[in-house]
Amino acid sequence: MLNNYNSMAQPLWQNGPTPGAFYNFTGGQQQTQKLPKELTAAGPFGTKRSTSSITTGSSVLGIRYDGGVMIAADTLVSYGSLARYQNILRVFPINNNIILGGGGDFADIQSIKRTIDQKMIEDQCYADGITMKPKALSSWLTRVLYNRRSRMNPLYIDVVVGGIEQDGTPYLANVDLRGRAYEDYVVATGFARHLALPLVRERKPKDREFTAEEASELIRKCMEVLYYRDTRNMAQYTVGVCNASGTTIDGPCKVSENWTFAATIKGY
Amino acid sequence: MSTIGTGYDLSASQFSPDGRVFQIDYASKAVEKSGTVIGIRGKDCVILAVEKIITSKLYEPDAAGRIFIVEKNIGMAVAGLVADGNYVADIARQEAANYRQQFEQVIPLKHLCDRVSAYVHAYTLYSAVRPFGLSIILASWDENDGPQLYKIEPSGSYFGYFACASGKAKQQAKTEMEKSRFVDLNTEELVKKAGEIIYRVHDELKDKEFRFEMGIVGSETQGIYQINPAVLTELARKAGENANKEDDSGDEAN
Repeated sequence: MLNNYNSMAQPLWQNGPTPGAFYNFTGGQQQTQKLPKELTAAGPFGTKRSTSSITTGSSVLGIRYDGGVMIAADTLVSYGSLARYQNILRVFPINNNIILGGGGDFADIQSIKRTIDQKMIEDQCYADGITMKPKALSSWLTRVLYNRRSRMNPLYIDVVVGGIEQDGTPYLANVDLRGRAYEDYVVATGFARHLALPLVRERKPKDREFTAEEASELIRKCMEVLYYRDTRNMAQYTVGVCNASGTTIDGPCKVSENWTFAATIKGY
Repeated sequence: MSTIGTGYDLSASQFSPDGRVFQIDYASKAVEKSGTVIGIRGKDCVILAVEKIITSKLYEPDAAGRIFIVEKNIGMAVAGLVADGNYVADIARQEAANYRQQFEQVIPLKHLCDRVSAYVHAYTLYSAVRPFGLSIILASWDENDGPQLYKIEPSGSYFGYFACASGKAKQQAKTEMEKSRFVDLNTEELVKKAGEIIYRVHDELKDKEFRFEMGIVGSETQGIYQINPAVLTELARKAGENANKEDDSGDEAN
């Protein structure tokens, strides 16, 4: 009953016969339910949809450590190559055990964030003390995103979900616009996947997890590298932290810039 | 039977010659049979408290709860038919969700009350439906507006209150309430008062067992609505039991 306000789930098989029935070629199919346009599959003459993002967030970087997770993202939302909105948070606290960082189309991030926030309130309404865990949220996200890609109408987002599971173990995962998902001790989206991921992996001790200090220092270092090397990045970023004592968003922090070397670069 | 309604009580869509809608009166009767519910507004919090009468020992302690969470910071308590309460609670949640979807902020309690009361009122207009056998108390707290308290009657009319009561011992509860100035009380004092009122108005002779339940939202709960938070609920129960003991010993002295 509570799910009445969730319009995400709709039947996948739209224009075909009902399972077990024959396709009616002459009479057309009975429309059982009028769906909102954005949720229906292509019409008889095709449907052109927007297949690119407009306002975009760049990299998100998540690191799992022994007592929790950290997710960092800069505060820039670009309009093409224009640094349009420079003070927008892209790492969100979801509840006491989940944080979420979003990259890709920012409108889609806001849209999915609204839906998730409503789910958290539903959770609270049950008044049973049970809250959603990060693994459950990322699993749910894969379902929503895969469903949208199957309708040829994906949400253009790449998100990092992190948090603390029921048994206290940290969890970190990435879900992308097709509904693909994986967990790891370090996940990254956008340019960070090329620039930050190897830096973190290089420093991972074989026999143990990172400590909070190591994770924090790595985030600082990686955000600096990203700022220097990715044109869609900014010197300001926030870090979401989720550990046993709850979720916090730290920052905005500044990358320590140093451009003295710039004068020595020649030949461009 | 023929003397009470004389034919004008069969439908909610017809007035009686003296200007009443009997179906609404009967709905109010259903509310009067229910265990007492109170709402009180303090300095920086608001409390809903319920005398939940236990009709069978076979029920689990938390069964048939009459306090609901509607939004992050909005709670609702009902006196009357619990099944009707469940349904209206869901309507209230949908209204709150709808407002949040449009404006990306929590619905002000006045607006929620307006929407829910309109819904309740619609059920007093048609012959095909019956009114809700409910008295609905809505409570919220936030940083800007402070504590808020509203009550919706079965007729669909609503009022804002400093303190209100419904159910069996509505009158006694109101008499108790007039003794204190709740707006000056802090969270702890208000919680104790809630316990005292519910325990005092409970009629041991008519209903043996009951469970005190409460919902609270305020600065001390960080603006999050909580039902039966362990520490505060225990505080209220203790205060209630003590109040009853004091009353008893006072009686003996006389």
